Amino acid sequence: MDTWTFGWTLALIGMAGTMLVLWCLSLLILLLKKLFPYQPEEAASQKG
Amino acid sequence: MESALISGFQGLLLGVTNLGVAHVIMILIASLLLYLGISKGYEPLLLLPIGFGAILVNIPLAEMMGDDGFLRYFYNAGVRTEVFPLLIFLGIGAMTDFQPLLENPKIILLGAAGQFGIFLTLLLALALGFDKLDAVAVAIIGACDGPTAIYVSSKFAPHLLAAVSVAAYSYMSLVPLIQPPIMRFLTTEKERKIAMGVVRQPVSKTTKILFPIVVTIFASILAPKGAPLIGTVMLGNLMKESGVVDRLKRAAENEIANIVTLLLGLCIGATMEADQFLQAQTLLVLGLGFIAISLDTVVGVLFGKLMCLLTAGKINPLIGAAGISAFPMAARVVQVEGQKYNKKNYLLMHAMSANAGGQIGSVIAAAVMLSVLQGMGIVGG
Repeated sequence: MDTWTFGWTLALIGMAGTMLVLWCLSLLILLLKKLFPYQPEEAASQKG
Repeated sequence: MESALISGFQGLLLGVTNLGVAHVIMILIASLLLYLGISKGYEPLLLLPIGFGAILVNIPLAEMMGDDGFLRYFYNAGVRTEVFPLLIFLGIGAMTDFQPLLENPKIILLGAAGQFGIFLTLLLALALGFDKLDAVAVAIIGACDGPTAIYVSSKFAPHLLAAVSVAAYSYMSLVPLIQPPIMRFLTTEKERKIAMGVVRQPVSKTTKILFPIVVTIFASILAPKGAPLIGTVMLGNLMKESGVVDRLKRAAENEIANIVTLLLGLCIGATMEADQFLQAQTLLVLGLGFIAISLDTVVGVLFGKLMCLLTAGKINPLIGAAGISAFPMAARVVQVEGQKYNKKNYLLMHAMSANAGGQIGSVIAAAVMLSVLQGMGIVGG
């Protein structure tokens, strides 16, 4: 593989891949928050 | 008797007679690192052992990095095996609070934009004639994350380890000087004044505990070559959030991190042997490292502007500069810059979210890079 094919492939897939993975992680965080919402009792038990 | 005395005396002078100009230059460079660490407070935890290691390795005939040298022993055990940076990641995970990110997950995208400097610098390095894997090692300085830079460069270009590490840690400590001019250049005064509301979305303990587990499984499956990086950060974070292994968490963030930081610093210094370090290529690496971190900031702020546009002016583009991994320094820079233009503006929590995103982003970017390299057949499976 020549240098520029290597460089552009790694750069483009790298940038797109990083963005895609982090976007998916943000969706997973939203899902986790939906499935396990914060309960006000948690704050009370933490204080207690 | 007389010849024995002369021979013995000559033995004492061997070090002096073998001292070359290159050794002296390297000892001066090492002294500069010590000065920056001790007097200026720039990353002293690393610059002090690095500087001292560099002095030790440039003492003629001491052979600290010879086959039986004591620094060679630590280098082979911890750097060649990539264990040291991974243990540092364990400590980072145990110290990092991802709560601001969990409260405001869309900000994680700034952590992705803040890594683009890595890939743009890769192209620049290739244009300057660096070999493919050398270019990868140089570009990773843009992760703005010492352990990631050490992990990748020791894997692909160990001969560049010293230059890459010194560049990564030096520029990380210079973030408060590098970022503000770029932030001001790319934003209007009106944008810099945007006040962001308080985001208070409390996160349940279950979510905090599941987060490192889910990230590890998901990201490692997508980028398996980065599993050691992601796994150690998230293991450290799980120890912190679970609250059931306090001893292990404290060990990770204190004893383990401290011992490994010392040994890692010494080992990096030990790679600064005159014949390897005093080359034009080292200057190029330092220059490209500066460009990488500047480009991270440029793309981060531009992405912040895009988010500002898409949210009808609710996001202050300055927080894009915090999408790098220098935690929490980059977030503090954003807070200070924001307050210069709007005294009532508190961007810190938002910037901390972006900064936590940048920490994950740097690890993910390296993981993606390693997996793409594996996919292209550049590195073994």
